[in-house]
Amino acid sequence: MEKNEKTSLAVQLQTPAKRMFWMEWRGRSITYISVWIVILVLLSLLWFITSKGLQPFLNGEVTLSQFFSSNWNPQDNKFGSLYIMLGSFMVTICATIISAPLGISAAVFMTEIAPKWGKKVLQPTTEILVGIPSVVYGFIGLTLLVPFIGKFVGGVGFGLLAGTLVLSIMILPTIISISVDAIESVPQKYREGSYALGATRWQTIWRIVLKTALPGLMTAVVLGMARAFGEALAVQMVIGNVPNAPFDFFTSISTLTSMITQNMGNTVPSETFNQILWSMGLVLLLITLVFILLIRFITRRRDA
Amino acid sequence: MKIKKRILASGIIGLAFSSILVACSSGANDENNKQLTGTLTSVGSTAMQPFVEEASKSFMASNPGVQINVQGGGSGQGLTATVNDTADLGNSDIFAEEKEKIDASKLIDHKAFVVGIAPVVHPQVGVTNLTQQQLIDIFTGKVKNWKEVGGKDQAIVLVNRSESSGTRATFAKFALKDNQEFRGNGAIVEDSSGTVRKIIGQTKGAIGYLAFSYIDNTVKALTLDGVQPTNENVTTNKWLVWAYEHIYTNTNGKNKQLEDAFLKYILSPEIQNGLVKKLNYIPIIDMKVERDASGKLK
Amino acid sequence: MNAKLIDRFATLFFYAVAILIICTLIGLLGYIVIHGISYISWEFLTEPPGSYILGQVGGIAPQLFNSFYLLILTMIITLPIGIGGGIYMAEYAKPNKFTKFLRLCMEVMSSLPSIIIGLFGLLLFVQYTGWGYTLAGGALALTIFNLPLMVRVVEQAITAVPREQKEAALSLGVTHWQTITKIMLPVALPGIVTGAILAAGRIFGEAAALLFTAGLSSPNLDFTDWDPTSVSSPLNPFRPAATLSVYIWKVNSDSLSTETAAIVSGGSAFILICVVLLFTIFARLLGRYIYRRLTSS
Repeated sequence: MEKNEKTSLAVQLQTPAKRMFWMEWRGRSITYISVWIVILVLLSLLWFITSKGLQPFLNGEVTLSQFFSSNWNPQDNKFGSLYIMLGSFMVTICATIISAPLGISAAVFMTEIAPKWGKKVLQPTTEILVGIPSVVYGFIGLTLLVPFIGKFVGGVGFGLLAGTLVLSIMILPTIISISVDAIESVPQKYREGSYALGATRWQTIWRIVLKTALPGLMTAVVLGMARAFGEALAVQMVIGNVPNAPFDFFTSISTLTSMITQNMGNTVPSETFNQILWSMGLVLLLITLVFILLIRFITRRRDA
Repeated sequence: MKIKKRILASGIIGLAFSSILVACSSGANDENNKQLTGTLTSVGSTAMQPFVEEASKSFMASNPGVQINVQGGGSGQGLTATVNDTADLGNSDIFAEEKEKIDASKLIDHKAFVVGIAPVVHPQVGVTNLTQQQLIDIFTGKVKNWKEVGGKDQAIVLVNRSESSGTRATFAKFALKDNQEFRGNGAIVEDSSGTVRKIIGQTKGAIGYLAFSYIDNTVKALTLDGVQPTNENVTTNKWLVWAYEHIYTNTNGKNKQLEDAFLKYILSPEIQNGLVKKLNYIPIIDMKVERDASGKLK
Repeated sequence: MNAKLIDRFATLFFYAVAILIICTLIGLLGYIVIHGISYISWEFLTEPPGSYILGQVGGIAPQLFNSFYLLILTMIITLPIGIGGGIYMAEYAKPNKFTKFLRLCMEVMSSLPSIIIGLFGLLLFVQYTGWGYTLAGGALALTIFNLPLMVRVVEQAITAVPREQKEAALSLGVTHWQTITKIMLPVALPGIVTGAILAAGRIFGEAAALLFTAGLSSPNLDFTDWDPTSVSSPLNPFRPAATLSVYIWKVNSDSLSTETAAIVSGGSAFILICVVLLFTIFARLLGRYIYRRLTSS
């Protein structure tokens, strides 16, 4: 008790400068720890996924050339995942082909054509689209899109086409919102200059605005692709999940994410099949990193 | 190596989050009273999950001190968790011996009930019986049109299960004689029995396989070499395509007493003639034959 | 003349795209509402799922509770780290290599596919710790998912604080840290709150990261037992818990009857959308309200 009083007295007698120093030091440490947590979590994630994904190759159970072949038959210990990876790429590229022009056009509409009601209606629209959880997209795809395709277009309904359509709606808001930022950052002077030269609005948009905003628009598209590439559940629900060659819109295909979600639970961790799923996760991670580096590259060129 | 990783892992977690999370794992009581108390964790096969959930509900109702925690996750997860003793009961569609990397000597097998699996087709393919060879030809892609096996001129659409599915493993082993050519080249891979039934019922020329309990009048079950897919024929092994549903326990399980009580309840006539039959499965006590992990009759 | 015509066509095209997107959204929302609203009842919201093998639908009470509880747990972990990180980025970060590296880390982390985070969580929080599928593991996985977003939100909110306020405080001889906590944080609060709630909406619908961490099932919850250490208590963070989004995926991918799956997921999707929309609206309103209070006083 007495001791306590003494220390509190000591604290009071301390010079304010010293106390302030400690307070500052403590605060700074808290923020420092926070950012280090972020760094540590990310590094350990990269390390764990990498080491786990490389395991089947280091154990010699599967060779890299086997992994990148098209011979997939887990019962027979054949884990050629080429078609599965291609499936991921195909569905991403097809969705982007639909979404990129639509998204950029919508962004142009919001910034150049009708800024007033474009902003008032389209902006909240995209925000709501972002908010819809991916399983809900998958559910709608499963109950609305798949039967529709099966009945009126062809095949069973499940497949590349259904996956493409679901994904294209999902990545649309990403592309729109980043494109809007890119287009808005084009200086007003450029437009005025173009109009002064007698150009029409379309000519201004096409020759000046889009050209100037190109790096930003590319970022938007690549980010959209990254999102499509990593999307799991919505795709798994509609794509059919057969590791076929992904070159026909009406056949069921498989993607890296759908393979992982479907088989992780039924396999045991020490099984080769299970380890291959981790390798697929590693491929997914690496491709995502490539997308991020690509964006860095694009934006750095703009800065220079 | 593994231990190192584990230390690293727990170090990271501890560093980052220990201040926030107050660890409080489930406290199981080990009492030797007549009144059963404690907690069982059941992990594994999603196909068995509804059955185990129902059974545990009624078990808990008559034993208020007991909490049974039923999780899905798949047969693989169930077996692993039981070997590692992180779960008390591991539900599996397949024998532990069939998973190469599982140490089956650490597990005790309790066969809970039997499911029969039958090839089913869209009602209008014009075929009611197939020979086993025809079935193999269809699922390995040698036969692509129903007219080649005596049906209508209609392309065959294969509806399949994922490679890691227990139903698929059973079907491949007993209906297709473990044919290595059988792989995922179907029109679609689905794990939900409900969806499989719906797709087969809606798609012209579709063929797939379903547990007996899901077969209704929207699809048509085929006879195989003239044998009807009935519960009766399964009990005598006349119908070959069937599998045990297993509940595994660890040989050194920490909740032995409770596990035994629950398993005894599962094998009691109350469940076998009640719930099992209600769900259209085949009671284990009705089986007149017994099969081992390699598929041979004992 | 030709250029004018093209210009007109272009304008028409842009209008068409805008209308197409709006129609898509209306279509989607309309579909969810029409399919979902008829299944919503008091029982649906307050009862546990029925045994769907017996054709009972039941309700979604545990899943709904799990979703909210997981959100709260995640926020408890994320907020302190996120605010700390955001303060660092806004105030202490010097323009050097480390900061550049930090920004790269945030960027990578925010674009990681959620299934990768789920796999990492499976490895670390489920397998290595031996916890099995738990709410805690799910919350930690969602934290990884949410953290970069939170840091960015806080950083932006603090950077947006007028420089005069900061300088005025600093000139009074107060430490940098005190300036941040006493002056800047309160001013930045509306931005942080709005950002946090928007992030919460994103977490609420997340499923892929949870499949392998919080699991696909819930034990039988006893809603009268609020002791967090008891197994059947809804508050126990070391129990498995399927959230609403995970439940939708589950009933569609391995349920036994397509009819019950349609009812359960239709109703759940409707609830999910409602909650996410409410979050968005609430975030905007609250942000505006706090802003008004702070500026008028």
